[in-house]
Amino acid sequence: MKKLFSFLLVISLCSWGAVSSAQDAAMIEAAKREGKVAWYTSLALPSSTALAHLFMNKYKGIEVEVHRSGSQRVLQRVMQEASAGIKNVDVSHTSDGGHFVLLKDKGLLMKYIPKGVEGFPEGFKDKEGFYYGMRATLSVIAHNPKIVSEKEAPKSWKELLDPKWRGKMVTAHPGYSGIIMTHVLALVNLYGWDYFKELANNKLHVVQSANDPAGVVASGERAVGANGAEYFYYKTMKQGNPIKIIYPKEGVPLVVSPTAIAKDAPHPNASKLFTDFIFTKEAQQMLADKEGLYTGHPGVTYPKDKPQLKDLKLLAADPAELEKKNAEIKKKFVEFFGA
Amino acid sequence: MRFSGVEAVGRLRAGSWRGFKALDPTLPVWVGAALFLVFLMVLPLGWIFVASLKGEEGFTLTGYSQVFTESAFLKAIWNTLIISFWVGVIAVLIGSLLGWLVTRTDLPCKKMVRALVMASFVTPPFLGAFAWTLLAGPNAGLLNKLYRSLTGSEEALFNIFTMEGLIFVMALYSFPYVFSMIANVCELISSDLEDAANILGASKLRVALTVTLPLTAPALVGGFILAFLHSLSLFGAPAILGLPAGLHTITTQIWALFQYPPRLDLAAAFSVPLLVATMLLIALQKKILGRRGYSTVGGKGGQRRLVQLGIFRLPVFALVLGIIALSVFLPYWILLKAALAKAWAQPLTWDNFTLENFKFAFFQYGDTQAAILNTFKLGILTATVGTVVAALIAYITNRQLLWGARYLTFFALAPLVVPGIVLAVGLFLAYARPPFVLYGTIWILFIAYLTKEMPIGFSQAETTFKSIHPELEDAGRILGANRLGVLRDVTAPLARAGLIATWCFIFIGVIRELSASILLFTPKSKVVSVVIFDLKEEGQIGVIAVLGILLLLVSFLVILAVQWAARGEILATRE
Repeated sequence: MKKLFSFLLVISLCSWGAVSSAQDAAMIEAAKREGKVAWYTSLALPSSTALAHLFMNKYKGIEVEVHRSGSQRVLQRVMQEASAGIKNVDVSHTSDGGHFVLLKDKGLLMKYIPKGVEGFPEGFKDKEGFYYGMRATLSVIAHNPKIVSEKEAPKSWKELLDPKWRGKMVTAHPGYSGIIMTHVLALVNLYGWDYFKELANNKLHVVQSANDPAGVVASGERAVGANGAEYFYYKTMKQGNPIKIIYPKEGVPLVVSPTAIAKDAPHPNASKLFTDFIFTKEAQQMLADKEGLYTGHPGVTYPKDKPQLKDLKLLAADPAELEKKNAEIKKKFVEFFGA
Repeated sequence: MRFSGVEAVGRLRAGSWRGFKALDPTLPVWVGAALFLVFLMVLPLGWIFVASLKGEEGFTLTGYSQVFTESAFLKAIWNTLIISFWVGVIAVLIGSLLGWLVTRTDLPCKKMVRALVMASFVTPPFLGAFAWTLLAGPNAGLLNKLYRSLTGSEEALFNIFTMEGLIFVMALYSFPYVFSMIANVCELISSDLEDAANILGASKLRVALTVTLPLTAPALVGGFILAFLHSLSLFGAPAILGLPAGLHTITTQIWALFQYPPRLDLAAAFSVPLLVATMLLIALQKKILGRRGYSTVGGKGGQRRLVQLGIFRLPVFALVLGIIALSVFLPYWILLKAALAKAWAQPLTWDNFTLENFKFAFFQYGDTQAAILNTFKLGILTATVGTVVAALIAYITNRQLLWGARYLTFFALAPLVVPGIVLAVGLFLAYARPPFVLYGTIWILFIAYLTKEMPIGFSQAETTFKSIHPELEDAGRILGANRLGVLRDVTAPLARAGLIATWCFIFIGVIRELSASILLFTPKSKVVSVVIFDLKEEGQIGVIAVLGILLLLVSFLVILAVQWAARGEILATRE
């Protein structure tokens, strides 16, 4: 009897496996017939191109069109197309969790639970199954050690308010970047709007993307980055540029960047295949190793020279709050920084 | 229906509506071209006015009141006026100096100077602005670094991310407009008056200031207005240099209003003052140029003697090269360096050398391939259709083929007063909703470019037809060909060189267009200028440099090809 039971179990497991791989094969076939997937993404251009190529090498014949722009621009594109009735976007991915609350509310997302996300932490998953955190990064302070020694360098968000940094800092823009949108919300919750009002007195150089401060600091155009995507600072540093990253003790804004499939995706199967692929260990490990990102995948390991998330005090943002305060944050920021 | 030859010619020349209607089976072509033109202009502009007045329910003026009371908007208007004013002044100084030098003095290498001014003209201002961020960023900018290492100073020589910096860069790419106006006028002024002053004992400087200058005054004012208008409508340069310093202009503000959640009503309301300002300025320019005329200038009768620069010849030449260095040599050099370097701010040593940027731009980043394809498709398409339409319209107005032909001139030139970004607002309103959904395709860009380039195409074509006497056509008509046949077989071949030049102007205008494209593209219909702007926002310096060089190379190749193709004819028509 026991034998019979285990026999049945084996049979059923095998057939389950067979069914599942048959489903996979069917999906791959369908995806190949569709031939491509249009990916509107805010992941840094070199990183998103690398991920797309990894996918294209695995699934020959399916092209990933990478349309990279800032989070807020990605949302603008998606909404403008929706309002004109254009169906072009397949998968959208930004660093502003609020966007996905909005898109879900407007009925623009397809419900799809990617394979393998069960083990991801809660902050990476939408309860109703519409969007999932593809990657995470931090917003940090950075400085150019050739200009500012490690001893002098600012160690905390509050130190950036010191007038000695006047004219020496760069900030990215919440009207462009989801990472900075999340950053501003986190620090406003920590210190109130007065923090940014005071910071603006230090005459910051205003760039758009959260990736741009890395280049600005590395070239020495400004000595200190008052914020910016940690993964891009890290990548730029690894390429041999003079950059030091500081993880402030007061707390580091954690930015989880979701991905979702559009409800009217013109290539639904390719979108699902691509989304599944994004959450495989292979892809997530690549993002960690090559691009310096954090992920929600429990099995992924990180470079030794990066701090573990559990060792940092993290400031997490609530997507619903991000969505609610989006307009206010953009408006206030422009008011303080001029543009 | 038979006429004697003389009668037919007489009727054709007079081109009266009635006579024409009875005669010509090709009428639909002319009427069609005219209606197409009117449609092209009226739809977007009409939409702007409607949208600017539209509230949640019914019509309202709240859009306007918000635009004219909120301090951020007022600041943007004020910034724009200040910037454009100074750009106009500096462009007139540089443009008239250079224009006078190459036409009326014995400056060496004039042909080369002209070609280099042409190069400044062809360089997209957003690309120049980008190059100047690398040259004169206050800390990493290479010129500032050089200055520090030479003087030991701590301070920067020049911060490009300021209003002064923005004015400086915009003036560098606006002066060619003044240059061409002044050069044209100076070529026509005869030396008689200057000689008279000379004989009466005035010094060269005095002659230049008291005789030549007043003679060219209308052109100077006209040039100022042209440069002012040009800088009013620029988007890329203010976005690249102004925004980092917290400076908004009208164009960047309109662009910002398109971001989510879009405020199309405000964008439309904000477009109207820009539109009105340009209209007033154009009217003013017309009035000034029209009233003063060039009564002493007219004709090529008098002799034109060149002013001898004497011992100043070489210093002046060095000055000219210095100016050109700012608009062409230095920016091109830094673009090349950035394209080939791993770290643009470091010296270009073997260790720092890479072809990765080229590889990434052309082979890895899918967007660029699609964008390059779109750009050239649009360039060729717009230039071809634009040349045909401009030629038809110019032909109608020049030969007075239709009643109201004069008003067609107005419509063909109307886009002059419509800054690219305002046109884009109108086109977005007109074509991003049923029944005409062109948004999302390259066709909305095609319409934008066609509209925007129409004035240049039209004026080119018009000049061309003016130089071709109707008697050849009359001969063709008498021999039984219809209007279109004559146009195809007689006039077009004669006008070939001029039409090729028209094509070339439109093509170059299209491939560098940013201010309208930035509101009208979708990820599916990107063009190179938009990709460059996107990359700029992310700080992908090497890849931008590669694409910038590509744009410049193609522009120069087109110019060279056209000069080569039209060589014979251009010489022939000159003589």
